[in-house]
Amino acid sequence: MSWYIIRRVLQLIPVFIGATLLVYFLVFSLPGDPTAAICGERGCTPAVEAALREQYNLDQPFWVQYFLFIKGVLTFDLGVNFAGREIATIIAEVFPTTARLAIMALVFEAVFGILFGLIAGLRKGKIFDSTILVVSLVVIAVPIFVLGFLMQFIVGVKLGWASPTVSGAAPFNELILPAVVLGLVSFAYVLRLTRTSIIENVNADYVRTATAKGLSRRRVVTVHILRNSMIPVITFLGADLGALMGGAIVTEGIFNVNGVGNTLYRAVLNGEAPVVVAIVTVLILIFCIANLVVDLLYAWLDPRIRYA
Amino acid sequence: MRLARISKVVGVALTATLALSACGGSGEDAASNTDRPIVVDGVEPQNPLIPTSTNEVGGGAVVDLIFSGLVSYDADGVSQNEMAESIETEDAQNYTITLAEGKTFTNGEPVTAQSFVDAWNYGAAAKNAQLSSYFFESIEGYDEVSAEGSELEEMSGLTVVDERTFTVALSQPESDWPLRLGYSAFSPLPEVAFEDFEAFGENPIGNGPYKFAAEGAWEHNQQIALVPNEDYDGPQAAQNAGVTFKMYQNGSTAYQDLISDNLDVLKTVPTSDVQNFKNDLDDRWLESPYAGNQTISIPYYLENWDGEDGKLRRQAISMAIDREEITTVIFNNGRTPATEFTAPVLEGYNDSLPGSENLEFNPERAVELWEEAEAIEPYDDSEPLTIAYNADAGDHRTWVEAVVNGLKNNLDIEVSGLPFSTFAELRTNATDKTLTGAIRTGWQADYPSLYNFLGPIHATGAGSNDSVYENPEFDQALSDGLAADSVEAGAEAMNKAQEMLLEDLPSIPLWYQVAQGGWSQNVDNVEFGWNGVPLYNAITTK
Repeated sequence: MSWYIIRRVLQLIPVFIGATLLVYFLVFSLPGDPTAAICGERGCTPAVEAALREQYNLDQPFWVQYFLFIKGVLTFDLGVNFAGREIATIIAEVFPTTARLAIMALVFEAVFGILFGLIAGLRKGKIFDSTILVVSLVVIAVPIFVLGFLMQFIVGVKLGWASPTVSGAAPFNELILPAVVLGLVSFAYVLRLTRTSIIENVNADYVRTATAKGLSRRRVVTVHILRNSMIPVITFLGADLGALMGGAIVTEGIFNVNGVGNTLYRAVLNGEAPVVVAIVTVLILIFCIANLVVDLLYAWLDPRIRYA
Repeated sequence: MRLARISKVVGVALTATLALSACGGSGEDAASNTDRPIVVDGVEPQNPLIPTSTNEVGGGAVVDLIFSGLVSYDADGVSQNEMAESIETEDAQNYTITLAEGKTFTNGEPVTAQSFVDAWNYGAAAKNAQLSSYFFESIEGYDEVSAEGSELEEMSGLTVVDERTFTVALSQPESDWPLRLGYSAFSPLPEVAFEDFEAFGENPIGNGPYKFAAEGAWEHNQQIALVPNEDYDGPQAAQNAGVTFKMYQNGSTAYQDLISDNLDVLKTVPTSDVQNFKNDLDDRWLESPYAGNQTISIPYYLENWDGEDGKLRRQAISMAIDREEITTVIFNNGRTPATEFTAPVLEGYNDSLPGSENLEFNPERAVELWEEAEAIEPYDDSEPLTIAYNADAGDHRTWVEAVVNGLKNNLDIEVSGLPFSTFAELRTNATDKTLTGAIRTGWQADYPSLYNFLGPIHATGAGSNDSVYENPEFDQALSDGLAADSVEAGAEAMNKAQEMLLEDLPSIPLWYQVAQGGWSQNVDNVEFGWNGVPLYNAITTK
């Protein structure tokens, strides 16, 4: 088991190198000169442009720029963005906010998705099942920004139950609304995955055996049916954490959350390669670790799976 | 922006349903308290808050409140003394500037002649790479200190006479030079700035009507909190308990905060809400023309648009655009049709210059002109006209499409919009002269002067001359205007220069900007200045 974990952690090294190289190259290849973004509508004098290029190593070829960045990473110096701010500070600022948002969304989709999915699965074809299927289909079909603006307008502006935007410190209560919006689509998927999985397992041999042994209905459902139905759901949730962290651009924009998605979006527009790569690298690490945790959970959920 | 448009559709549908069910909840949580700072919408500054390195609106709005230059502009764009007691000249080339007594920075340091001279030298020197360095270009010695690789630190034209007096020698006479001095790049800097600019840009110390509420009042991407500077005794004294700039990533979000009274002032109503903001806000909105315009520039390095036939085609294009209709329908009167190259709020503006008929909608004449051009040299169909714009900000797509459709219908030529994904990409093509068609351009005034709309854009070799217009007569007319002995005489010469532009149309003026802003139920006295920025200091809470 521990060997398995060590091997998986070591695998992160090539992933890190490959991902940073690829992302750095992609940002480097974006059309347009980053100094044009710094200089704005008015432009700068050629002397100022030249000085800016030198300051941010934009006059260097790709390999030199990439090497300087990696050198910085290894010496714990991520450098500064075009506004002269430490990239490390920016990361420390935005990741906690987005992590809070993503985890709240994840908890929301996991709790309600599994609960509703379980009920629907056990009562297949009944009124609750049919209703929830239609509702989840609608949620999946409607784009997230429509849902976002809709919830913001109803809950935030018209009902006044929550602030339509999130303030700087991003406290827990203000993040509830955006977290629900962010988790809504995945909630629908979790629900449907759980439902299908439950329906499959309800008629499995071991469930019949458990019932025949005289176990209570409660125990059969929670320990035998639910636990065995969790593998696809956990796989989905694990992958979703990464998506929620990096893919919250739309939700963060609607609710004005100062998070990872927006910082990334701005950095891409400005051609700030070091910022983009630094953020993406952290996202990749989160994604890999989340997947490792998911793989370990498999063994716990299903005793037939073993890692050696 | 696609997001924004959808929100409008959704919003309209919802307003209807919710209005019926009468569940309006806004306004209840509005804490009205006269001691609280007003909350206004802002954009995260892209650079440290140093006056000479601030070149965009986000930082500009803050810098303007915490720094005061020699003069400032009132609501109409008229200069009023701030730090200056007098600015005198006899030949429009050599200026003697005397500072008012007893002015200080918020750290107690006096504002002296040296504070100005040091700040300007710092701003101009190439080695400091300040984004607004070109503002000092008129001062003698600028060329030397700003040359690429130059290590020089001081412009020869600036001389400190005594504590409160300094002289400025320009490299040529320029009568409108004093008008520029209200622009933030000309602000003074305290000595502490020169010790550590990085730290200073994070926690600037100024001499303006406001100051940072505390060390670290700039919470990046969140807000900047300013409180009144009690030592400030100039014309822009604060009428409120402070101004907090709340940073927004998009206008639609800010608008939602405004209508739920979480935001006090919104300076630009987003395009998605332009059709409904007058209803949403009752009488808490205004439309105020300001010194900015929108144009499209067609480069002279394109075969079809050069020479005599090119000129006729430019005129044809201009006459085939129905400015009246676009400003009414698309912008809901949020723009006014252009009649020349500057802006109506400026001193010396004239809406009936000879040649202004070239900016009037006249499809029949447009077709005639196009045919005349065809007779000289046929239009090369393999390079159909495109209008380039950036799709990442500013919502240019809507009006570009409207212009394109107008040209297609009225001239029967092939035209299309050409979106670039980022602003940087668009600008790089313009600076490298690799545009394949027209480009959306426009200008927001830095200082209230006709020259500001003409020189930087159309003078030979100027920084923003995207169409690469080169006309020695026009350059001469500009120089004459600058050398005139009064601002009025200068304006007359500038308008003479504009007549050449109206004939040649290196860029095609479309419309003038109108600020469309709104405010919450908790504030009063909201007015916008000549440059479309709210007069923050005058806003009161209730």
